Amino acid sequence: MMRKISLSTIALYGVLILLAIGYLLPAYLAVVTALKFPADISLPTSWELPPEVNYASFPEALALLKNNIINSVILVISATALSTLLGSLNGYVFSKWKFPGSEVVFTLFLFGMFIPYQVILIPLFQTLRAMNLYGGLPGLILAHVVYGLPITTLIFRNFYAQIPNSLMESASLDGAGFFSIYTKIILPLSIPGFVVTSLWQFTQVWNEFLWGITLTRHADNPITVGLAQLAGGQAVSWNLPMAGSILAALPVLLIYIVLGRYFIRGLLAGSVKE
Amino acid sequence: MRNQDRVKAFLTLLPSIVLIAIFVYGFIGNTFWLSMTDWGGVGALAENPVKNIIGFGNYVELFTGFLGGGFRQDLVNAVFYSVMLLAGAIGIGLILAMLLDNKPKGEAFFRTVFLYPMSLSFIVTGTIWRWMLAPQGGVNILPTYAGFEPLQYSWLSSSTTVLTFDWQNLLQVAIYLVAAVLIIWGFLTIRSSQRRALWLLVPGVVAGAGAWIWGDLLPKTLFMEEMHGFNTATIGIIMATIWQYSGYTMALYLAGFTGISQDLRDAAMLDGATTAGYYRHIALPLVKPITISAVIILSHISLKMFDLIFAMTGPDNAETGHPALNMYLTTFRANDFAKGAAIAIILFLIAATFIIPYMVSSYKQRRTR
Repeated sequence: MMRKISLSTIALYGVLILLAIGYLLPAYLAVVTALKFPADISLPTSWELPPEVNYASFPEALALLKNNIINSVILVISATALSTLLGSLNGYVFSKWKFPGSEVVFTLFLFGMFIPYQVILIPLFQTLRAMNLYGGLPGLILAHVVYGLPITTLIFRNFYAQIPNSLMESASLDGAGFFSIYTKIILPLSIPGFVVTSLWQFTQVWNEFLWGITLTRHADNPITVGLAQLAGGQAVSWNLPMAGSILAALPVLLIYIVLGRYFIRGLLAGSVKE
Repeated sequence: MRNQDRVKAFLTLLPSIVLIAIFVYGFIGNTFWLSMTDWGGVGALAENPVKNIIGFGNYVELFTGFLGGGFRQDLVNAVFYSVMLLAGAIGIGLILAMLLDNKPKGEAFFRTVFLYPMSLSFIVTGTIWRWMLAPQGGVNILPTYAGFEPLQYSWLSSSTTVLTFDWQNLLQVAIYLVAAVLIIWGFLTIRSSQRRALWLLVPGVVAGAGAWIWGDLLPKTLFMEEMHGFNTATIGIIMATIWQYSGYTMALYLAGFTGISQDLRDAAMLDGATTAGYYRHIALPLVKPITISAVIILSHISLKMFDLIFAMTGPDNAETGHPALNMYLTTFRANDFAKGAAIAIILFLIAATFIIPYMVSSYKQRRTR
């Protein structure tokens, strides 16, 4: 089918291209700055391409942030795995094993997603200190698992609501119980649910900053805290923070570009849309 | 199903229930109690710090005390941050969604470009935007590439304040705000129910006029004048937040628009609706729940906005302060835990005023289904 090229089509594409350029400008600036030699960085020429490309900022930033990246990888893998698994079990109960008052309990769960985390920060800090978990990764993992429960439960509950109850009933007639229905029927069907939930949790945990800075000591700081310190240092020239930003953004950015469909589904699920 | 299985189901959920009960509700209660104490100062980090109950003293100090001025400015900043983030992210997101709803070629590419900032952390966004907004560089020199003069705007450090009001007259200002909300709400409902609109408009007008005429008789919050308003230094932070979140609202609206059947659109077009008319009268009313969700989520984000400001202007820039940042500094830098807890509770109460109604309504929706 031939499309008529009209004035409005041209206007549409013109606006879209302009907007796209606008949205890409910060990324462009970060990349060109990261590729410059410190001596070539100056405010009036900040938009210009590097006169001579310098790749050294990336290994340098990587060396500075290596420890933080290792911490974040450990944190993200364990927190995502635990909160996703618990969320899946909770979602299974909330959608297929409703009990009197389960909707109220579920709503009380969801509320935990919308509190400003400042309101639990001081008791969290004290509790972790009392449990001897303050300062290290286990405490941070615990925080991410607990406060990840509302959203992971929500995503799985909505996901399992699409699985027909008749499937469960026939399994039950065949003698399957609570756990065997979960492992034999629900779990094999949940792969897309696990993908969406883990992507969401991965993004959240990787990008989190407030707990990272308040609950961990220097040696266990995650990547966001490391980057903030790198960028906050006065003596550092701008190529390093920009290279650091790109490194810190890369894992989630790659996931977003490669698995965009699931990423967006996670975003939409996070908006309590049912 | 057997009873044994029901017990198993409940036991599976139990650890999570206990964790949420303690870590969410228990902790909120604990923070509230802490906010009524005098925990802070030299011995604050000791094994068993001294905490004496002092009632609402911390709150009184924050709202009316001499040292609370910074907090009051932060609170005003937070209101402007929220309003402008909501307007900007929802407005631009809606425009992006409507553009992409035309199904242009390369839609997937444009969608990816508009949404990618959402995948970044606030720290990354803040670091890059700080460089974007550097004086004599970045955004300020962009116009020179089109042949214009560079901008001279000091994005993050300007100390100009507009829309100022005197905090002394807080009560009067609060009544104006309530009156404005009632009047706008009244006008919005006038078409569906004139009776209800009247119940909103009349008290709104009376309260507003009353506060205007007898404003001088209202008790003053402070002894002296204290001016607060919209700090123009915060515009840069608001721009960065809108850049980050407009793609998110775009994704929400796009999902909503795609859910509207093509038949409905074709029928409207056959009946002679213009594109603008289609969106105004058919598409937008249908995606109203999405707008409500977006408002809730973005307000919640703007209330806890801490990382972005931390990364963009650091902890020491009073012009761009925010209660979420103030809470962190008061608690963990100044070791004034009780006052930090009071700020946290104020943030929580603001969030709760719109989250609780939202939660209740979504609960009722689930019940009726």
